[in-house]
Amino acid sequence: MEHAHHVEHPDMYDAESSKVGMWLFIFTELLLFGALFVIYAVYRYMNPDAFHLAGEELNRVIGTVNTVILLISSMTIAMATTALQKGQRNVAIGLVSITFVIGLVFLVNKYFEWGVKFSHGIWPGSEHMMNEMSHGEILFFGLYFVMTGLHALHIIIGMAIMVFAVRGLVRGKVHADRPSLLDNCGLYWHLVDLIWIFLFPLFYLIH
Amino acid sequence: MSGEKHHIVPYRLYFVVLIALLALTFASVWITSIELRDYTVAAALLFAIVKSYLVLNYFMHLKYDKPYIKIMVGFVFAIFLVMIVITFLDYLYR
Repeated sequence: MEHAHHVEHPDMYDAESSKVGMWLFIFTELLLFGALFVIYAVYRYMNPDAFHLAGEELNRVIGTVNTVILLISSMTIAMATTALQKGQRNVAIGLVSITFVIGLVFLVNKYFEWGVKFSHGIWPGSEHMMNEMSHGEILFFGLYFVMTGLHALHIIIGMAIMVFAVRGLVRGKVHADRPSLLDNCGLYWHLVDLIWIFLFPLFYLIH
Repeated sequence: MSGEKHHIVPYRLYFVVLIALLALTFASVWITSIELRDYTVAAALLFAIVKSYLVLNYFMHLKYDKPYIKIMVGFVFAIFLVMIVITFLDYLYR
């Protein structure tokens, strides 16, 4: 008789499975960036002087500023999960919104940073790069644009997930007993932070 | 399903972790600006590893997760390490 009429779907929500699923996805991301880090390591090993020279071109100040604000944003989204567990919904919404704005600031900084590179004639395949740079410098800037670009794409995706998390919070679909969307949003954002923690020294600090 | 009560991490702990992360960031900026020659890369990576340990444990809650999740994460980083070692063995001895 169960088949006769449509029964309400049982709630399949399982916080732990959601978390494990998110971690499995994060592993694929780690290996994606991991492969790029290996490429960076090999090319750096083969062209130490060119990487040294090209690294001087990058602005340490803007790199440090972006590191600081990204770390702060990681804290605010981590605090949002605490707020939700304490039942402070509006605080959680506020904290995720702050995180979103910080992500936006990061992208604006990146825009100006890349803009300066472009105005110096440095972009993948540019005339200046092909004619005046050594093989190693071309590799450095190629990796710089691919890796920071891919990272910026992840920032944008993370911000998109935050929009869904806030929508869930506002509509009451994400709450203390059903926090997975916010938790996974946070995990993703921390991954973005984690990748930047390695990108920053490798590109901006090591000369 | 949700038998055990979730560990609620206090705001203050997150703030303390952030301060530690910021301190490590400025320390890594400082240490790479002085002349260490070959040790610059090692120093910068060491700071990055400590920072990622803090992010994974506290921000990503691994510290409060069940052992099997920690083991999985450790395993993936081990694979990554093996990938680096094998790549460099290839380049050094080809």
